[in-house]
Amino acid sequence: MAQKKRIPFQDPDSETDIVAQVVLPFDKSLEISIKSIKSRFLRNMVTVTSLILAVSFLAYILIGSDITNGIYGSGQPDLMKMLEKSGYQVGGSAKERWIVILSLLVCTVGIINAQLMAVTERFREIGTMKCLGALDSFVLRLFVLEASMQGVVGSLLGALAGGVIAILLGMLRFGFDAIKFLPLSDIGISVLYSIGVGFGLSLVGVFYPALIAAKMRPIEAMRVEE
Amino acid sequence: MPDTHTIVRVTGVTKNFKLGSTNVQALKGVDLEIYAGEYLSIMGPSGSGKSTLFNMIGGLDKPTEGKVFIDEVDIAQLDAFELAWLRNRKIGYIFQTFNLIQVMTALENITLPMIFAGVHNDAAVKKGIELLDLVGLHKRYNHKPQELSGGQQQRVAIARSLANDPAIILADEPTGNLDLSTGEEIIKLMSALSKERGVTIITATHDYKMLNASDRVVWIEDGLVKKVENRDQLNIDVGCIRMA
Repeated sequence: MAQKKRIPFQDPDSETDIVAQVVLPFDKSLEISIKSIKSRFLRNMVTVTSLILAVSFLAYILIGSDITNGIYGSGQPDLMKMLEKSGYQVGGSAKERWIVILSLLVCTVGIINAQLMAVTERFREIGTMKCLGALDSFVLRLFVLEASMQGVVGSLLGALAGGVIAILLGMLRFGFDAIKFLPLSDIGISVLYSIGVGFGLSLVGVFYPALIAAKMRPIEAMRVEE
Repeated sequence: MPDTHTIVRVTGVTKNFKLGSTNVQALKGVDLEIYAGEYLSIMGPSGSGKSTLFNMIGGLDKPTEGKVFIDEVDIAQLDAFELAWLRNRKIGYIFQTFNLIQVMTALENITLPMIFAGVHNDAAVKKGIELLDLVGLHKRYNHKPQELSGGQQQRVAIARSLANDPAIILADEPTGNLDLSTGEEIIKLMSALSKERGVTIITATHDYKMLNASDRVVWIEDGLVKKVENRDQLNIDVGCIRMA
């Protein structure tokens, strides 16, 4: 009987404990979040676009420095001269790093802002779900799932765009030497790193708004706005 | 009502709100018993504390003092899990603004509380279709809420509130956003369901059409229960209201 301690409404014949009686299976939560992403497609595209921009900038900088590093490592005197002329520093310049960090910060703030608006826009939906018996964790899960999907799409597209732009610009500057001395593993690492950062940002951005949504009281569903 | 056990018991409930620096007492000590299977309307002007009392009964708000018992369980003692369970299985909610989830179809809206209750998807869909037929929405399963009229949306909401066979249905101004005749249809449907299924229906309203359907009416004024009337006493009063 110890297992069935949450008695108040527990049916004494019921096998399962009351804790196990309110559930939201994972496939259902995935279905619901895909639906709400689809139905608010435009708003979600705005969030995703800001992520694409920030991640592509990060990927551009990273892969750009992969290219210059590759050329630096090649030891060819004429290429080295070109590098020196363009003000190349080993390990990338501090200014560049700051701009990247700033752009990522701005992007995170943008995501938080967009997600907060999504939460206020959806107060009735969230309140209703809670009246239907949703736990805080269900709501949290829905928001995190939506943000993850945005994160995956945004960072994949961003990393791809940044990488392509960096390589094209590299070829413009150094010709085919840009790819000749470019180690594939470095590009791979840079792309993965950008995707990881983008995905992380989108999760960081949704954390606080999702928490507010999860803590929303079911009574919000009763609010009448004329 | 053959079976008249008390399903909701409200004892000495007060509720204080802080409005800026002043304390407002919305409820000043309310005692009320609601019996299983009855159709009870809470009537009162806006600002009377009607909605506050209604929310307490529904477990959506906690009293400052006093206690609310549902099936003799003090709901202030429940934790988050138990409250969710209560809202999921024991109580069905109907709202003034319908509150269907916009991104889901009528059928999905109805199956959602069943999914929360761990019902298998196929069984939930089967029951959802039955419920939609019951409220008179044949072949509207795959319509989104925007594609339905107000009355139809409220029917879906009624079907949803019945999803897990609750003992109590709470309806907050269910006819507030509907025109006269649609409102009447909704009231008829609710009172028929209450009789057929033995569900306790509690509504907060200031719609006088509701009076005829109600077994009892609780009049709230200024945070207190002014009077509780049975239906037979009521008809006379309705006459008076119409005369006045």
